[in-house]
Amino acid sequence: MQTVRETRIDRTFARLREAGRKAFVAYVMAGDPDYDTALEIVRGLPAAGVDVIELGFPFTDPMADGPTIQLAGQRALAAGQTLARTLEMVRDFRAGDDGTPIVLMGYYNPIYIYGVERFLADARAAGVDGLIVVDLPPEEDAELCLPALGAGLNFIRLATPTTDDARLPRVLQNTSGFVYYVSITGITGAGAASADQVAPEVARIKKRTELPVCVGFGIRTAEDAEAIARVADGAVVGSAIVSRIGAGERPEAVLDFVRSLAEGVHRA
Amino acid sequence: MAEELINSFLGGPDENGRFGIYGGRFVSETLMPLILELEAEYEKARHDPAFWAEMDDLWKHYVGRPSPLYFAERMTERLGGAKIYLKRDELNHTGAHKINNVLGQILLARRMGKKRIIAETGAGQHGVATATVCARFGLECVVYMGATDVARQAPNVFRMRLLGAEVVPVTSGRGTLKDAMNDALRDWVTNVETTFYCIGTVAGPHPYPAMVRDFQSIIGKEAREQILAAEGRLPDVLVAAIGGGSNAMGLFHPFLDDKEVRIIGVEAGGKGVDERMQHCASLTGGRPGVLHGNRTYLLQDADGQILEGHSISAGLDYPGIGPEHAWLHDTGRAEYVAITDEEALAAFRFSCETEGIIPALEPSHALAHVMKIAPEMTRDDIIVMNMCGRGDKDIFTVARALGVEIDTGG
Repeated sequence: MQTVRETRIDRTFARLREAGRKAFVAYVMAGDPDYDTALEIVRGLPAAGVDVIELGFPFTDPMADGPTIQLAGQRALAAGQTLARTLEMVRDFRAGDDGTPIVLMGYYNPIYIYGVERFLADARAAGVDGLIVVDLPPEEDAELCLPALGAGLNFIRLATPTTDDARLPRVLQNTSGFVYYVSITGITGAGAASADQVAPEVARIKKRTELPVCVGFGIRTAEDAEAIARVADGAVVGSAIVSRIGAGERPEAVLDFVRSLAEGVHRA
Repeated sequence: MAEELINSFLGGPDENGRFGIYGGRFVSETLMPLILELEAEYEKARHDPAFWAEMDDLWKHYVGRPSPLYFAERMTERLGGAKIYLKRDELNHTGAHKINNVLGQILLARRMGKKRIIAETGAGQHGVATATVCARFGLECVVYMGATDVARQAPNVFRMRLLGAEVVPVTSGRGTLKDAMNDALRDWVTNVETTFYCIGTVAGPHPYPAMVRDFQSIIGKEAREQILAAEGRLPDVLVAAIGGGSNAMGLFHPFLDDKEVRIIGVEAGGKGVDERMQHCASLTGGRPGVLHGNRTYLLQDADGQILEGHSISAGLDYPGIGPEHAWLHDTGRAEYVAITDEEALAAFRFSCETEGIIPALEPSHALAHVMKIAPEMTRDDIIVMNMCGRGDKDIFTVARALGVEIDTGG
């Protein structure tokens, strides 16, 4: 395995660990509801307390997402979002912020069609730090994971309640940046994460890796986020933020909500 | 990869579920452990004579296999060329080839202790077959069906409900077959411990394409024996319609290493395979991409977003195709052509008039191609075509296309 160089993700978690703080990871969909509004929201995330930005790139067939993220993707596509425009959004963001890590999250086909080598070069040049690609399990590492590590990007893997101890080493093997623990068996925006159930799972993963473990799926409120962040290295919130964008809330209102979530995480 | 470099076409897929570059296991981590368990269970079942004994018994007494291989004398006369044989899989219980595969998967689900079965369906044939076998074995059945298709295929929705299945209209995306498959996958991810996903075609993550092919290969195995008995030799040409490609794969597979047999898959050309994308011909008009767990040819735009196809036949209305077909296409072992809605309708009428067989719109596409090539062949040549479904479900669509109003009393 080629070792990935230190990324903004690595530096951010090192800094947080030193300060004894938990990470708040926030997800928004690039281009939702349109390019300019999405960019305005993304630019506001660091000041609202977001430590790591997960930027979704839309796909017509998001098979692991619930209705909230599905609709966000449809809005973005309807507004003309493409993977190239998502990279452009990262470049625009980077012009004013060179510190906050950005992880692109989505499905493989748009990357495959863009061309893996070209995508990795363009993504790195734009200022992307890591990738989460839902439909690429370790069995398909040769597709994108290994080339991404070679290109200096983190490949952040999802571990799930169905990932048993026998399989966990394989899931962790080429993971870098952090591990994303999916708190429920289900799709985004469904179920409710319970800190009691999540705590032993995070401990199980941390026994096998030095990487930080962040927990996502089913976290909707500042209280949820605080409770989960207490038993992990960070908490991820997506659908709860995206549903406000979907409801037509102005960027400042969305960012106020994000700030309340960040405060919850940082209380932990 | 040139055809002459391949010793056998029967060896696929490899241990990673690949046929060449196609296939694979492009699923989320939540599903991956179950996919591996399914693969292991299928491997065990595949080598267990007791599993196949149960299949054979159900195929014979419940489905009505073997299906006849019928010499279509009047079609042959009218077209004035090759002898045309029809593999009569439309005579199966539930009216199509779909049940061949469903039985295999449900027996596997029983071995795995799964009590809840989910399925996706487009026209409703796979949904009806799944609901049927679930009723037979007393299993809970949930069928995901695009809301658009629920409205268009009311008789099949009613059938599924009579058989005790819950039919869930899918409104996500654009409410078609691919969205039904997305929602079935979302259900599976949520209920992965209790639920078996019964996929209706030779697509999806490994081991589905290989497993569904193996269950459907009964079609080709029977046809091979039957044509040898009737003619003392193998056919010159095989023809079958392709949506996802399960009936075609079932007919083709036992003949893949018979190099003298020409193999032709017929895709839905809709309103014509051109830039308007009003078709479902993934091989003729698409390019490789990744969707629903496998890499294969897909209808998609320059950003890798999946496009909706169009076909008069709801059963062919899918923007992808099984990965083994993609591989057979690239290696040149099989040829793939497209037939338009209009040509399929003409073939539909031809079958009714010459043979007294009302075909489904799917095999009507295959027949339309037979009508093109048979007259160019000699009277000693033999074509075997898979009549994979009957047309009862399609009479309303056909009536609409022909401008006839049917009073359903509603």
